[in-house]
Amino acid sequence: MIPSINITDREKITTADKVWALAFSIVAGLFFIGLIFLAFGVNPVFAIAKIFTGSFGSMYGIKETVTKAIPLILIGVGLAIAFRAKFWNIGAESQLLMGAIFGTWVGLNWGPHLPAPVIVPLMFFAGFVGGAFWGLIPAFLKIKFAINEVISTLMMNYICAEFLTFLIVGPWKGKTKFGFPYTDDLPASATLGLIPGSRIHYATLILALLTVAVLGMVIYKTRFGYEVRVIGENPEAARYAGIDFFKTTLIIMAISGGVAGFAGVGEVAGLHHYLSYPDSISSGYGFTAIIVAWLAKLNPFFVIIASIFFAGILVGGDAIQISLGLPAATVEIFNGTLLVFLIMGDYFLKHKVRFVAEPRTGHQTTKPLKTG
Amino acid sequence: MKWSGESAGLVPRSCWQQLKCMIKIEKLEMAGISKSFHGIPANRDIDLTVSSGEILGLLGENGAGKTTLMNILYGLYQPDSGEIIINGRAVRISSPLESISLGIGMVHQHFMLVDNHTVAENIALGYKKTPFLFPQKKIETDIVAFSRKFNLEIDPLKKIWQLSAGEQQRVEIIKALFNGADLLILDEPTSVLTPQEARDLFRVLRDMKKAGHLIILISHKLDEIMALCDRVTVLQKGRIVGHAHTAAMDKKTLARMMVGRDVIFDIQREKMPPSDRVLQVTGLTVNSDKGYPAVKEVSFDIYKNEIFGIAGVSGNGQRELVEAITGLRQVAAGKISVNDRDITNRSPRKIYDSGVSHVPEERIKFGIAPGLYVYENAILKQHHLRKYSKNSLLAYGNIKSHAKKLVDAFQVLAPSINVQTKDLSGGNIQKLILGREISHDPVLLVASHPTYGLDVGATEYLRKQLLKQRMAGGAVLLVSEDLEEIFELCDRIAVLFQGEFMGILKSDDPRTADIGLMMAGSLRLPAAGVAG
Repeated sequence: MIPSINITDREKITTADKVWALAFSIVAGLFFIGLIFLAFGVNPVFAIAKIFTGSFGSMYGIKETVTKAIPLILIGVGLAIAFRAKFWNIGAESQLLMGAIFGTWVGLNWGPHLPAPVIVPLMFFAGFVGGAFWGLIPAFLKIKFAINEVISTLMMNYICAEFLTFLIVGPWKGKTKFGFPYTDDLPASATLGLIPGSRIHYATLILALLTVAVLGMVIYKTRFGYEVRVIGENPEAARYAGIDFFKTTLIIMAISGGVAGFAGVGEVAGLHHYLSYPDSISSGYGFTAIIVAWLAKLNPFFVIIASIFFAGILVGGDAIQISLGLPAATVEIFNGTLLVFLIMGDYFLKHKVRFVAEPRTGHQTTKPLKTG
Repeated sequence: MKWSGESAGLVPRSCWQQLKCMIKIEKLEMAGISKSFHGIPANRDIDLTVSSGEILGLLGENGAGKTTLMNILYGLYQPDSGEIIINGRAVRISSPLESISLGIGMVHQHFMLVDNHTVAENIALGYKKTPFLFPQKKIETDIVAFSRKFNLEIDPLKKIWQLSAGEQQRVEIIKALFNGADLLILDEPTSVLTPQEARDLFRVLRDMKKAGHLIILISHKLDEIMALCDRVTVLQKGRIVGHAHTAAMDKKTLARMMVGRDVIFDIQREKMPPSDRVLQVTGLTVNSDKGYPAVKEVSFDIYKNEIFGIAGVSGNGQRELVEAITGLRQVAAGKISVNDRDITNRSPRKIYDSGVSHVPEERIKFGIAPGLYVYENAILKQHHLRKYSKNSLLAYGNIKSHAKKLVDAFQVLAPSINVQTKDLSGGNIQKLILGREISHDPVLLVASHPTYGLDVGATEYLRKQLLKQRMAGGAVLLVSEDLEEIFELCDRIAVLFQGEFMGILKSDDPRTADIGLMMAGSLRLPAAGVAG
């Protein structure tokens, strides 16, 4: 008797089931990561504990975690809304960078002439415009030419990264930077204040929390949010219901790209104070935020929790690299493994998988393909 | 030269010269075949025989059980009881692979070909005798030689998407024959063909018959059955109604067997007085997805206090007609107006706002967003109205109270309005959709196969609701394959066949006895069809 795999949809999923699945995925993921650590000759329990103490076990750790959570929250909530309409925005990384570019331009050129309360909002606004612009291009391509947005948004990342490199090596190279590929520093009025003793640029943090509140309200309380949810649930029903797919897609991507642009401005104006190579502006926030949005089940409020969790992993990952000498890619292994286990957990949550022995007799009841 | 089931494959060269090769299946019988799905019987105690050198027609309406029966023969389903007997020996067919190795091939209504691959690559798929090295050349030469045998012209190097429907069908036939099919089953083969292509197909089938093949043709078109088949078996609601030799048969009797009822009914509907016109359709032509006209210059009117029914076998243009009226499909020519306002090619939302409600054919696919809650689906098309969204903020208070009223009024059995809509049973989802559409107080309610797949209770309830709409001054356009439903509910009936109305009749017109002929395309009433 050869066993075959029988996969059916699970009919009833309770909240308790969901919590169990989440917990189990994380534990299983950590276990697997522990095995990887073993392979490196590192005590897995020690290493995993160090990750969490590194990020949450000290004041310094917590402050760093919050700092890293800020862009994740912004991008995460922007992706949550895009993903709800099943628009797979993989280009948040470059929407962030484009926002940084636009914001830096405003900061460098208008900053010296304007006081801080004017220039900072202007920079954020410019950042939103930059990110939105970069996000609208693949949206337009999808609507007009049915070009798959996974590919187009991903490719936009490369275009933007090269463009940024061109800018900082060429026309925007700073005069005060001794030939290094950085722009000049932003004028003091254009930099963001930090919470004393930390690197938390609170203006962006407040902006992030506001964005969560606003987008949360939009998704659940407005007609537009309702239409987005219907499109994501069943695009055919949306068409039947007279929902304008094109307009909705454009607005979503403008928002998704725009808030990533906020994050870009935050990083430059708050932490670095000058524009530099793509890798130093954003350490993969655009991609990590995908996992964050997914973990948060596309709920803007849960995005905050998920962002802190992943920011903790980023910080903790740095910590163990320093103290345990693990390679720099450790954090990415961590993230990727967790994502795979989360997806697996979600799959097992939604489907019942059983091994059944091949029946002897020919009597099977199957769902009819079509009657008649 | 005989060969066993395992070496199904190329016909040896010596055989090609003879018109009649040794065919493996001499006679195939299905005895006492029964099959139910979730307690609903699709086939009941079916007996059927087909012999070498014969074309058997399988006639019946949609839902009669023809495709299920053939899927059993092809190994896609297992029967609950009964036997399949080939050449006097009972066989068990547990998968299409076994069916193919026994010499049975099937050409489905929707082709199973890979668009981006060539003809040769598609035929090679699953073919047992591909040589290990350089298979392409061998297969291509074999295909050309094979196609010459039956004059099935085909270029093995062309990609499938470049071929017409008729040519694609030829690829399917060659593929079946390549795999050694003696018995060829064709499911509604002319539904995608032009008349010329249909004639070519018939020629090929006749040649195959002469060569000793067995052919089963599933069709609802009487002309085809009479022209091509030697014998015909008529199915109705899962049972065999009769077998006949087509030579000894006339179309009228066959049609009556297919439809199977005395058409004078006890009409329990009250007669309603003639009233204002609500819908006017003139010269409507609508193209199908493939680009050719699915609805051809159709004209009709619908009035208040009336249920207008469109009868006919699915696939004759009903879907395209309904989509044109509800704004989901562009119109190629013609005009549609509601209360004298032109709604041709307007957006679905504008048409909805003009008072046209729609209960869609596939309720889960088009009618609801399954993951959203019941109260969210209760306002699916009305969410833009002021009462539910003030200043683009959803008014949940109003929405939920509306949903509660709907659920009560239409007897939607749900644990609460806060559950996901997909957790409801099919019947309750349909009641929710119907309630939503009726609560819009429509000028015209378009109901497309509204009771398809529902249990008896839900069906009865929905039909009563449609009658209630009619009494209250509404107008209903009912599209249904269920003749019982059409006769029970409709004041006037139009029969749609290949995009044209074969006739528009009042339901008490005695010519409705010929509705089977009209549905099968064999009778067209003069265009002085009744208005109002």
